[in-house]
Amino acid sequence: MASDLARRTEEPQAPRVFRPTTKSPLGPVKIASAVSAVAPLLALLAILGILVGQALPAVKYNGLGFFVHNVWHPGNFYLQPVTTNGVLHPAQAEYGAWAIIVGTVLSSLIALVIALPTSLGAALVVSKLLGPRVRSALGVFLELLAGIPSVVFGLWGTLTIGPLLSRDIYPIVAKHMPDVFILRWFRGSTGAGEGLLTSGIILAAMIIPIIASTSRDLFTQVPKLTEEGAEALGMTRMEVTTKVTMPWVSAGIIGATVLGLARALGETMAVAMVSGSVLGTLPTNIYSTFNTIAATIVTTLDSALIDGTGLAVRTLAEAALALMVVTLLANVGARLLVRKVSTTALPVGRGV
Amino acid sequence: MARNQEALTRIRVRTRRRKAASTVAISMGVIALALVTVPSVWIVAQVAWKALPHMSWSVITTPGVGLGGGLENEIVGTLMITFGVAVVAGFIGVMSGIYLSQFARGRAAGLLRGASEVLAGIPSIVVGYVGYISMVVTFHWGFSLGAGLITLSAMVVPYIAKTTEVSLGQVPSSYVEGAEALGLKPGQILRTISLRSALPGIATGLIVALAIAVGETAPLLYTAGYSQNLPHVALTHSPLGYLTYAVWTFYNEPSTRAVQLSFDAAFLLIVLVLALIAASRIIVARASRHRETA
Repeated sequence: MASDLARRTEEPQAPRVFRPTTKSPLGPVKIASAVSAVAPLLALLAILGILVGQALPAVKYNGLGFFVHNVWHPGNFYLQPVTTNGVLHPAQAEYGAWAIIVGTVLSSLIALVIALPTSLGAALVVSKLLGPRVRSALGVFLELLAGIPSVVFGLWGTLTIGPLLSRDIYPIVAKHMPDVFILRWFRGSTGAGEGLLTSGIILAAMIIPIIASTSRDLFTQVPKLTEEGAEALGMTRMEVTTKVTMPWVSAGIIGATVLGLARALGETMAVAMVSGSVLGTLPTNIYSTFNTIAATIVTTLDSALIDGTGLAVRTLAEAALALMVVTLLANVGARLLVRKVSTTALPVGRGV
Repeated sequence: MARNQEALTRIRVRTRRRKAASTVAISMGVIALALVTVPSVWIVAQVAWKALPHMSWSVITTPGVGLGGGLENEIVGTLMITFGVAVVAGFIGVMSGIYLSQFARGRAAGLLRGASEVLAGIPSIVVGYVGYISMVVTFHWGFSLGAGLITLSAMVVPYIAKTTEVSLGQVPSSYVEGAEALGLKPGQILRTISLRSALPGIATGLIVALAIAVGETAPLLYTAGYSQNLPHVALTHSPLGYLTYAVWTFYNEPSTRAVQLSFDAAFLLIVLVLALIAASRIIVARASRHRETA
């Protein structure tokens, strides 16, 4: 102990360094800005915490079967509520989210299949073949597309493009599609225009801004010299693109795609308007009406409030929690991936 | 000799095929470019086409009555919510951006930045649900302006924080160093040099955030509620209407007038969003012109 003290006093003092004024604390501005900067993190934790708290009884009652069963019975509100597993619930209540999970995943995948090649194609043409003026013109369209409210997308989908497709396009496709493997999904009844494919198309339009604007920025950052070198070796424009440009920025494109997928998974209003809103039925073909987790929450929350035991509202919290965890992981994963390999940051939110 | 000739033809055929493939790929890219521009133009044209023939001043100047009337209550509500978001999210977002660009270092900075970016990616209905459970139910605020604009602010703060941080980061370090050399205090430098030259960027981010706030529905449905009365200036216990609600409820009502109102509301929303986007473009253009001459 004593020797310790002695040694410490013997150590030479660090020379005093002159510190420029910029390093000195700013006082109130710094504190206020620090509080503001912590706010989003707190909001995120609060959202997660409240959802977990709300969902807990529903998780206990519905069990893990919630994610693989396909029923949606709020129960009989006229009978005496019952307690199971310590959770008060209406008699005969039974929830399983399988159908809305399938609906969420399928509609988002359809959106991705449409949006990814379209976005990449447009971004490539704009950044490699056309000049900067066209690039900023495309920017206007993308900004507009990102700015159009999702209810307006829904309105367009349900009153314009849905009826148009189901009248003029879907029947022809359904009639001529061969009865093999995946293509079988395009056969059968085509419905009234509200369903998986229409929703997928609307969702594609909504996630194109995210993927297209990011990939455009990524493509413009690929060094010209490398591409020109490849071209000088005799590669065609397409080969330069697939063998040089794309691999150069592939991580960024994967990140943007995952981000777009997360946005499609969580999109609410537009899908609620064009899905056909059915609960508890699995789609039978690509035109089938369906429902997603987000759309189910928005369309059934007010009727769920009728459930005096609160189980219906809490079950929606369980669904919301599942949706949030998936989008959270997608967002974090995409950003970590891109941050590690590229200097281009992914866009925030809608991609404007 | 013959074998050489054969090899040469094979190469020629292959080259022709590769060039053809490239041409096909390029034309598909051009088609993709066309496809990207179609939906936005189509939606704007369609909504204008459906709304303009029966648009009149009375739509803007009378509040809703049942499935008819006008949209005055929704317009005022949307403007109030947007103004509130501009104040709340504007303050928190700009301050947050200042912190991230000026003070935050290392791990903590990464965490805060990441949390903000991830927050913007959370599905809007999830944020709306939590806003409903916490503010409307637990805090007993009822459906109200306060609950609506706080929920909405949580969604748009990340945009403002990001653009503020980026534009502050783009202020040339020579400006700051020059000010330091002249003996300005850090607070003065931030206020008169950094923030001033970053202002166009910050304003653009704020405007984009407002455009998003104007168009959101899901976070408001269960927090701001709905009312056909003109909104009261009260933060709690007073539900209010907004344009996106009109689109969402009137579109499938069995009344021609209701569907018309739905399109009218959609048209007004698009006009608002377009005006905001145009404003941000003008700010960016003027700022970059200024930079060139300076």
